[in-house]
Amino acid sequence: MQIPYEVQARPDTGLYNAKLGIWLFLASEVMLFGGLFSAYVFLRLGAEPGLWPRGLLDVRIGTFNTAILILSSVTVVLAWASLKMRKFNEYRKWMMLTIICGAAFLFIKLAFEWPPKFSHFGAFIRKDKLAEYEPYLGNEYMRSKKLEPRLEISGHLHAVEVDVENADPAALGQFLEKRHLKVLKREDEGKRLEVEVHSPADAEALGRVLGKITKPDEPDPRMREASRTLPGVKILAFEVQPDPANEDPTNEDNEKPHFNPRKRNPLADLIHIKAGDVDTWSAFVPRHSTYLATYFMITGLHGAHVLGGVLVFCFLWGPGAALYKTNPEHLANRVEVAGLFWHFVDLVWIFVFPLFYLL
Amino acid sequence: MSAHVGQERHAPHDDHHELGWWRTYIFSTDHKTIGIQYGLTGLAFLFLGFMLMLVMRWQLAHPGQPIPVIGGMLQAIFGEAAFSRDALGRMGMLTQDGYNSFGAMHGTLMVFFGIVPAAFAAFGNFVVPLQIGAPDMTFPRLNMASYWSFFISCVLMVGSFFVPGGAAKSGWTSYPPLSGVADMGVGIDPFWNGQSLWLVGMIFNITGSLLGAVNFIATIIQLRAPGMTWMRLPFFVWAQFVTAFLLLLAFPPLEAAGIMQTMDRLFGCSFFMPTGLITSARDAMGHAAQWAGGGSPLLWQHLFWFLAHPEVYVLILPGIGIVAEVIANNTRKPLYGYKAMVGAIFVLGFLSFIVWAHHMYMTGMGAKVAAFFQTTTIIISIPSVILLTALLISLWGGSIRFTTPMLFAVTFLPQFGIGGLTGIPLAFNAVDLYLHDTYYIIAHFHYVVAPGTIFAIFAGVYYWFPKATGRLMNETLGKVHFWTTTIFINGVFMPMFLQGMAGVHRRWYDGGAAFDLISKVPVFGRNSLEWNVVSSYSAFLLALAQLPFIFNFFWSIWKGQKVGRNPWDATTLEWDAPSPPPHGNFDKELHVYRGPYEYSVPGAEKDFTPQTEAPADAPKPQVTEAVLVK
Amino acid sequence: MSDTHGHGPATHETTGQAEAEGHQDPHAVPHDAHHIQAHLRLYWIIGGVLIVFTGITVFLSYLDFDKWFGGRGWNMGIGMLVATFKVCLVGAIFMHLKGERPTIWRFLYFTAFFFLGLFLLTALHWWDPIFGTTYNER
Repeated sequence: MQIPYEVQARPDTGLYNAKLGIWLFLASEVMLFGGLFSAYVFLRLGAEPGLWPRGLLDVRIGTFNTAILILSSVTVVLAWASLKMRKFNEYRKWMMLTIICGAAFLFIKLAFEWPPKFSHFGAFIRKDKLAEYEPYLGNEYMRSKKLEPRLEISGHLHAVEVDVENADPAALGQFLEKRHLKVLKREDEGKRLEVEVHSPADAEALGRVLGKITKPDEPDPRMREASRTLPGVKILAFEVQPDPANEDPTNEDNEKPHFNPRKRNPLADLIHIKAGDVDTWSAFVPRHSTYLATYFMITGLHGAHVLGGVLVFCFLWGPGAALYKTNPEHLANRVEVAGLFWHFVDLVWIFVFPLFYLL
Repeated sequence: MSAHVGQERHAPHDDHHELGWWRTYIFSTDHKTIGIQYGLTGLAFLFLGFMLMLVMRWQLAHPGQPIPVIGGMLQAIFGEAAFSRDALGRMGMLTQDGYNSFGAMHGTLMVFFGIVPAAFAAFGNFVVPLQIGAPDMTFPRLNMASYWSFFISCVLMVGSFFVPGGAAKSGWTSYPPLSGVADMGVGIDPFWNGQSLWLVGMIFNITGSLLGAVNFIATIIQLRAPGMTWMRLPFFVWAQFVTAFLLLLAFPPLEAAGIMQTMDRLFGCSFFMPTGLITSARDAMGHAAQWAGGGSPLLWQHLFWFLAHPEVYVLILPGIGIVAEVIANNTRKPLYGYKAMVGAIFVLGFLSFIVWAHHMYMTGMGAKVAAFFQTTTIIISIPSVILLTALLISLWGGSIRFTTPMLFAVTFLPQFGIGGLTGIPLAFNAVDLYLHDTYYIIAHFHYVVAPGTIFAIFAGVYYWFPKATGRLMNETLGKVHFWTTTIFINGVFMPMFLQGMAGVHRRWYDGGAAFDLISKVPVFGRNSLEWNVVSSYSAFLLALAQLPFIFNFFWSIWKGQKVGRNPWDATTLEWDAPSPPPHGNFDKELHVYRGPYEYSVPGAEKDFTPQTEAPADAPKPQVTEAVLVK
Repeated sequence: MSDTHGHGPATHETTGQAEAEGHQDPHAVPHDAHHIQAHLRLYWIIGGVLIVFTGITVFLSYLDFDKWFGGRGWNMGIGMLVATFKVCLVGAIFMHLKGERPTIWRFLYFTAFFFLGLFLLTALHWWDPIFGTTYNER
């Protein structure tokens, strides 16, 4: 049983089935990304002053990725054109280039863009303690220039000061060994430690080390476990090597996104932030702020669409290309339809790039 | 151009491979099998959702007491989150969390897993290709993928009852911040908990619906048989067409919101968690949960209701389509106002996208926003009334055959009327201020969906059963089912209007002091609280009333009276196919010459003239593609 | 249920061009493809324009229009304008929207309307609250 109009267009609509189908699907994708972008608008307009950062993203990588995607849009339409003109080898060449571009986009994002964020630390200072950190926040200057206040100290988390009085010693020892963390200082008969960490994830995990069992004579092991002190390890302070924006808070240049990102000064003095002065802290992960949550969500979903497109192209380049032998027009239609999806993905990125990286 | 359409048929070369049992009945790409799969799943979930509500009604009537007889079994199955021992140590008392989760899941399962699969997907898949003269859907494999995505969501939703913490319990609306902190704590898995599984289940359900909608629209546009112009389409097809557009364009923002809420729950984001929230929520290790804040609970509401309002039209439009078919057939005359109905359904679909915030009047909206949404909400009642009125007038002057499908279809009209009319006061935020979250709302929307769409589903089942199986369902059992269902379903929901106006709050596990207050207000001879008794008895009797239907359905598959292609003497194309239709549907060349409801045509021999019957003086069709007019 | 993959003859339509124009070779270039050769150069040109405008987008982000014109929204507006121009190019040329069938355009009109509805009405709610009831005082 053959479904009509799979290859030839239906005369009154002028469309073949898959083209109609893909445009309908793209309409729904417009609404999907529309929902996401309206969330972005709503959250950005509603963000408290100082809580919507700028300049966090690497503009060079963003620009390069935009160029790659534009190039891949060109190559995919050339692949389709080659098929329509029955030039099979040309088709495979252009399709392979498209796949390479798509894969490069993903690789660059996942290898160079996202990982540095996971080791980048940020702590939002409590409103009532902002004055104490004025040298790093420069809010008087911000106020004088009618700019949004700076509420966060960010940079590389060098070490944390912890209170381990209630920590299970065996658990703590195992933890430090497993993560290869050095104890820099021991104070108060070993009740307070300064532990060097590699990333904020280490600090988070340190905060979850099990506490001492307070009822060691309890026969039921579950009740024994439930009697552990909570928390086991208490974080007292953070030692942070600051970002340029915190090292030199009155320099407005540090606030904006730059093509050449400002590098952190490795010789800058460490900032000592007391845990009690901190509202929330984390790495630059989705949890950090609505800005990063929105960024990861939109670029993550977009990346998933890129991956899907690349996989479909791999199929059409590889096993799917066998269709050329029996029905080249059908293959051309499939490539056209996949190309439409790909152009849509490019389109979304054209909006994402300025919204997140530049504005 | 090609002239091969219409040339002599020869045995197709690709049909001779015998598909195994799995590919024929389970992983089938045939739209009829998929339609039946959706239908059986949908009906099963309607039943499950109903059972959840019966447990809840019992609990309302007997607070603090265990469910009799099956209480212990329920506690063993659903676990400690939903059921616990009462003060006397007896097992099987529905807890507050249990009440909330049963309530949330009742709504979710009924709407997304019951009505949409049964009314839209099941009937749509089975009937639409047949009614337009197509061999199948445009994308059969995508159709199958849609069903299996839906199936995964069913597994997740049902499974969510059995994980520690129980099923989702923040309403079918899953409002944050409550839904952000629900199902968190020691002993509850960060991912495998009811609230998170609800979100993931919804994402799979939405994906399946979206892909299905693409299929429907493409099929209706591209695969109409020669001569099947747009204005010759049966009204059911128009209804499914508009419904598919609603699903296609309205679902994605909820999918986006679902992804965001999942990120809130799994990654600790604050899309919907506002700044300064203080909760007792703890993570799985017992540490106090923390959010960065800056999120907006209102954002979820907007994105949710952007879908959920068109969703209610998704719930009703296929029902209206089914009722139109059954009425035309059983009055033996054309539908009144076919063109007006088509126009109305388009306007309805269009407007349904810009009325959503009438579900949000209580969120502190300013006058401008409220005025906008009140206006569009009132305007949208106009096409609804056009549809209802046209169907009512269609009865005038007809030779009505009161078959079981017709009984359900005719009763649909006043019941949907009650539901719709009681919605009009709610369009005004001044009135909604008082009635929001009361039993009035429950009565309003249940009237549209329960004696509304579900009656249409019943009508559709009785009507198209002979097409799917080649046998009729038993008429006597059908009439018993009809009368008992009608009486008891009104018994359940009519008193709720009164209670709502007296101020009874919805979603309360224990009315407490409020129940005490309303027990003093007499309404139609009883106080508001006593009407609960009427509702509850009716609900249990309504459950019993479904037994003849369930028995009839399965018994008739094997023992029903055998019939030919067209037992109802209908005009639309599906009755030209064999009963049941084979793979590929039609065993002859199809050409459509007429509109869909040529009943009682003056001068004709029979009181119905099928769409494929050529006029006596028509030339032999030269079926070239040039003949395929718009 | 019953035998749904029975033996009824089904709609028979050929898959390729083979029978369409009297058994022509499916690998011959179809007649509607001859004008595609002429478009190839256009695709490269548009690609180049898009890359140039990407550079322009980055350049414009260094200029602070909010300061020049006063008020908020200028930077965002200009950035979105450039992005919209690029998107129109991609849509019109690469996605063949220029000259596409009315059916497709109709889908897009409705989608655009609902997309705008989602944005504008959500924003309207934001701009028109009752003070003291929303969590964020503005």
